[in-house]
Amino acid sequence: MKQGGTREAAAGAESAVTLDEHIVEIVSDSGEGAQKCGQSFASIAARMGNGIWTVEIIPAEIQPPARSIEGASGNRIRLGSQAVTNGGDAADLVVVFNEHVLLGRLRDGELKPGCIILLESKWRTDRDPEVSGLYATIYNELIAGGYRVYEIPMETECLRHVADARRGKNMFVLGLLCRTYSLDRELALEQVATTFAKKGESVIAPNQRLLEAGWEWAEENLDIRFKVPAEPAEEPRLVVNGNTALGLGVMASGMEVCAMYPIPPATSASHFLSEVFGSVGGVVHQAEDEIAACAFAIGASYAGKCAVTITSGPGYSLKQEGIGLAVMAEIPLVVVNVQRGGPATGQPTKAEQGDLLSACFGSHGDAPKVVMAATDIEDCFYSVITARKIAEAFNTVVVLLSDASLGTAQQPFPRPRFQEEWLAPPVDQSPIPKGVTPYDWDPDTGLARRFIPGQPNGMHTLTGLAHDRKSHIAYDPEINEEGIRRRSLKLAALQKTLKTPSVFGDEKGEILVVGWGSTKGAIEEAVQRVRADGHSVSSLHLRFLQPMASGIKEVMQNFDHVMTVENNWCDDLEDQLIDEENRRYSSLAWMLRARCLVDIDCWGEARGRPIKPGCIEEVIRQRLH
Amino acid sequence: MAMSVSAPRCLQWSDREDYQLEDYEAEVPRWCTGCGDLAILAAVQRLCRDEQLPLEKLVFVSGIGCSSRFPHYMKTYGFHGLHGRALPVAEGIKLKRPDLHVFVNTGDGDCCSIGAAHWLHAIRYNMDMTVLLHDNEIYGLTKKQASPTSPRGLKSNTTPRGTHLEALNPLSTTLGVANVSFVAQAVDWVPTVLYEIISQAFHHKGLSFIRVVQRCPEFLPTHFDPWMHDPDRLLMLTHEDGIQASPELSRTYKQQEVHDPGEMNRAREIASLKDQIPVGILYRNDEAPCYEDVVGSGPPITGPEKIQASVEAELDKFTVWPPSEGREGRG
Repeated sequence: MKQGGTREAAAGAESAVTLDEHIVEIVSDSGEGAQKCGQSFASIAARMGNGIWTVEIIPAEIQPPARSIEGASGNRIRLGSQAVTNGGDAADLVVVFNEHVLLGRLRDGELKPGCIILLESKWRTDRDPEVSGLYATIYNELIAGGYRVYEIPMETECLRHVADARRGKNMFVLGLLCRTYSLDRELALEQVATTFAKKGESVIAPNQRLLEAGWEWAEENLDIRFKVPAEPAEEPRLVVNGNTALGLGVMASGMEVCAMYPIPPATSASHFLSEVFGSVGGVVHQAEDEIAACAFAIGASYAGKCAVTITSGPGYSLKQEGIGLAVMAEIPLVVVNVQRGGPATGQPTKAEQGDLLSACFGSHGDAPKVVMAATDIEDCFYSVITARKIAEAFNTVVVLLSDASLGTAQQPFPRPRFQEEWLAPPVDQSPIPKGVTPYDWDPDTGLARRFIPGQPNGMHTLTGLAHDRKSHIAYDPEINEEGIRRRSLKLAALQKTLKTPSVFGDEKGEILVVGWGSTKGAIEEAVQRVRADGHSVSSLHLRFLQPMASGIKEVMQNFDHVMTVENNWCDDLEDQLIDEENRRYSSLAWMLRARCLVDIDCWGEARGRPIKPGCIEEVIRQRLH
Repeated sequence: MAMSVSAPRCLQWSDREDYQLEDYEAEVPRWCTGCGDLAILAAVQRLCRDEQLPLEKLVFVSGIGCSSRFPHYMKTYGFHGLHGRALPVAEGIKLKRPDLHVFVNTGDGDCCSIGAAHWLHAIRYNMDMTVLLHDNEIYGLTKKQASPTSPRGLKSNTTPRGTHLEALNPLSTTLGVANVSFVAQAVDWVPTVLYEIISQAFHHKGLSFIRVVQRCPEFLPTHFDPWMHDPDRLLMLTHEDGIQASPELSRTYKQQEVHDPGEMNRAREIASLKDQIPVGILYRNDEAPCYEDVVGSGPPITGPEKIQASVEAELDKFTVWPPSEGREGRG
C-alpha cells in the first residue's frame, strides 16, 4: 500500500468516523457484478434503518470493451442517517475494479475532489507493459490530483478462496464495504444468503466466505472506517427500483394484460411482470411492435380487462395514433412512458423529462387525456393503481410518466399492504338497460357508462370516426362538436377532484421552484439547503400535469419569482440569438405560462442524468442575487 | 367432446332467442351496388343465423377502408378502429375473452400494406378468430390507388403508367408463416362456396384466414371479368376435409382438384397459380397451438383473495424486514 494508513490505525469500531451521509460508488467492467454488490450493500443498510438511494451506472452497450471509459458499470449508493430522496451530488468513496472505468466517472464530474478511491491493484503487475504502464500513470495522476487512493489486491485475495476471482470479487468488495461503513456483519451474511437463495447452498457458502474475507481484509489493512448512524427500521420496507415498483403496481391494480415491445429504459418493468404476472392471472404480451402493443392493450381493455402498455419515448411516439383512438372511442387505457433522452433514438438508457408536451398534446386533433408523473419510487407503485382507476372511471387514456432516473433507482418505502379496493371490478356482463346509449354523455361531466362486449342490449359498433351518442358515424357539425365537448369535459370533471399540491416551505417568499415527476427529491433538498441559510425559497411539485389542480396560480402569486426546474431543454437567454420573444421554455414552464398567465422562468438541463441537488441549489442561489 | 359442450349451449340459445337473418342486419350498407363486400356480409349474416350466435357474443373488428365499414352493418358488437390495426385489437379482445366470437374484416390495403407486420404475426399467434381479407386489388375509399395486390401494370391514380412490381400474393405469404393453421380462398361471385368456406373457418379452432377475391364495381369494374366469364379459370379445391362441390356447382366449375388441406407443399403450389383462381381450403392444421391457450396457461385466477396472496408474496420478496423481525419475519 502506497497511500493510506497502517494496520494499527485500522483497529476497533471506536475509530469509526460518524457521518450524516456518504455517497459510495462501485464501478467495474460490465459483467463483474458491481451492480449486485451495490444492491446488496444498499439492502443491508436499509435493514439497519439507513436512508438509501441507489442509482445504476449502466453502459450503453451490452459488452463494451474491457477497461474502457465507456464501459463503466455499477451502482451508486447514497447512504444517509435520515431518509434520502435522490442520488445526491458527487461521490465520497468509489470502489473500482480497473482504473479506466474510473476515468469515465471523473470525466462526468461524478466524484468529489479528493474522494477516497479503493482501486484493484492487479493491473500494476500486469504482464502487458502497456496495461501496467497505463495503470501506473493514472495512479500517479490520481495521487497528484489529491485523491486518497488505496490499492487493494482484490483478485489475489479472492483467489485464496475461489477459483474464478472475476465472479467473486463483488462479494469480497461487499464485505470490505460493510466493514468500512460499520454495517452489521450478520445481516450482511444473511443478505448474501438471500441474494443467492435460488442458487442454493453451494453458491451461498463461497460467497459468504468471500464476504468474510473482504471484511477481514479491511479490518487488517484499511485505516478508514465510517458510521452513518440510523434508527433501526421498525416497519418493514420495500426496496425496489421504480420499474419493479411499476410492475408491482400493475399486479396490485387488478390489470390483467400488459402489452409491450422491448425498449429501454422501460423494459425491466415488463421483465419483472413476465415473471410474476401469471400468478394473478395476468399476461405480458410482447407484441410485434409498439403500435401493435398499444392496439392489443386497447382491444383487451375494450373487452373489459383494463390493460397497460409500457414503453419509452420512441415507442410512445409510435403509440400516439392508438392513444388518439382510445381517447376518441373512450376506451380506458393506461400508458406508461419511462422517459429517456430524445428525440429519435436519443439516449436510450439515460434520464430526461422530455416527453411531457407530447404526452399532453400528442396525437392529432383534440385528444384530451390524463397525464400523471410519478415523483419517487413509492409513487411508481401507487400511481399505476390510481391511473387504472381514473382510466376506468373516466373511460379515457391515462399516461403515466416515469423516467430512467426512477426506473433504475432504488429507495426504500413502507411496505404496502394489499387493499381489495385497488382491484378492478369484475367485467360487467349485465344487460344494458333500455334507452341507454354507448355514449350517453352526462351534459356536465361528459361521463358515460362503459359498454363491454358480451353485455346484452349493448351491441354497437365503436368507431374512431366522429360519432353520435349511439356510436353512429356522424359528420354533422353539431354532433362532432358535442363529442369533442364531452371528452374535454371529462378532464374538467377529474380536475374538480384534484387537491392543490402543498407547498414545500413557506407559502410566501422570494422564489418558488416548480417541478414535476422524478426531480422532487433533488428540488426539495436544494430548497432545504438554501432555506437553511435563511432564504425564503419554496417549491411546488406537480403529480397531475393534465388536468392540473386548481389553486396553482394563487400559490405562484405569493412569490416574487417563479421558475420551473426540469430535466429537459430550455433556451439560455445568455445565447446570442435568444431573447424573451424566441426563447423555448422547458415543458412545464410552457404549460404553466399558458395556464396561469404568470411570467415563469425556467432552468433545465438535458445531460442524460438525474439533476443533482447541488446544481439546483446553485441555480437558486444565482436567482437570489 | 365438442358436441357435448356445444349441445347444451345451443339449447340455451334456442330457449332464449330464435335469431332470424334480420336480427343481425343493421343499417343498409353504403357500399356501391355490385360491391363484393355485400356478398361477404350476406354470407356472414347467414352463418350467424345458422349458428344461432347471440348478438352480444359477436365482435367484428375492422381497420379502415371500404370493407372496414363491415361492423357497422352488423347488429352485434363492432370495433371500427385504425387503418391497419384490426388484428392486434382483435388479439387483445380474444386473449381474455374466449366466450366472444371474434371476426376481423380487413382490406388488401389494410392487411397487406399498412398492417402487414400485424398480419404476419397474427398468423403466427394463431388466435381463435376468423379473418376475412376483402381483396379487390385496389384502394377504394381513398379513390383508386394501387394496392400491394394490384397486378403488375395496373393503372391507378398513383400509377398512371401502370404499377411497377409484381403483386404480393396473400395466400403464398400466409402459407409461409410459422404456425399457420387455416388458409382458404373464395370469390364473391360464387356465394355458396363463400358461405361454406366461412362456415368451415368459423368452426376451425385457431386463426382462419380467408382471402375473398371481390369486385370493385366503381374503380375496377371489369377487372375480374376474364375469370367470371370463363368458369374454367376457377380451380375448385375439393376434399372430404374441405369443400365438397355440389352437382350443380360441378356443372359450372369443371376444373376441380381433390386437394387434402393437410398437404402444405401442394397448398403452396396452388397458391402460386397464375392463370387460375383456386377456390377452397388450401391448408388446415388443427394441431397448431393458439397463443391464448399457451400464454395464459394454468387455471384462471379469480377472486381478490388469490390475487392478494400473490401480490403479498411478491411484495415479500422485496421487503426489508426490521432486524428485530429477523429471518422468521421473511415468511
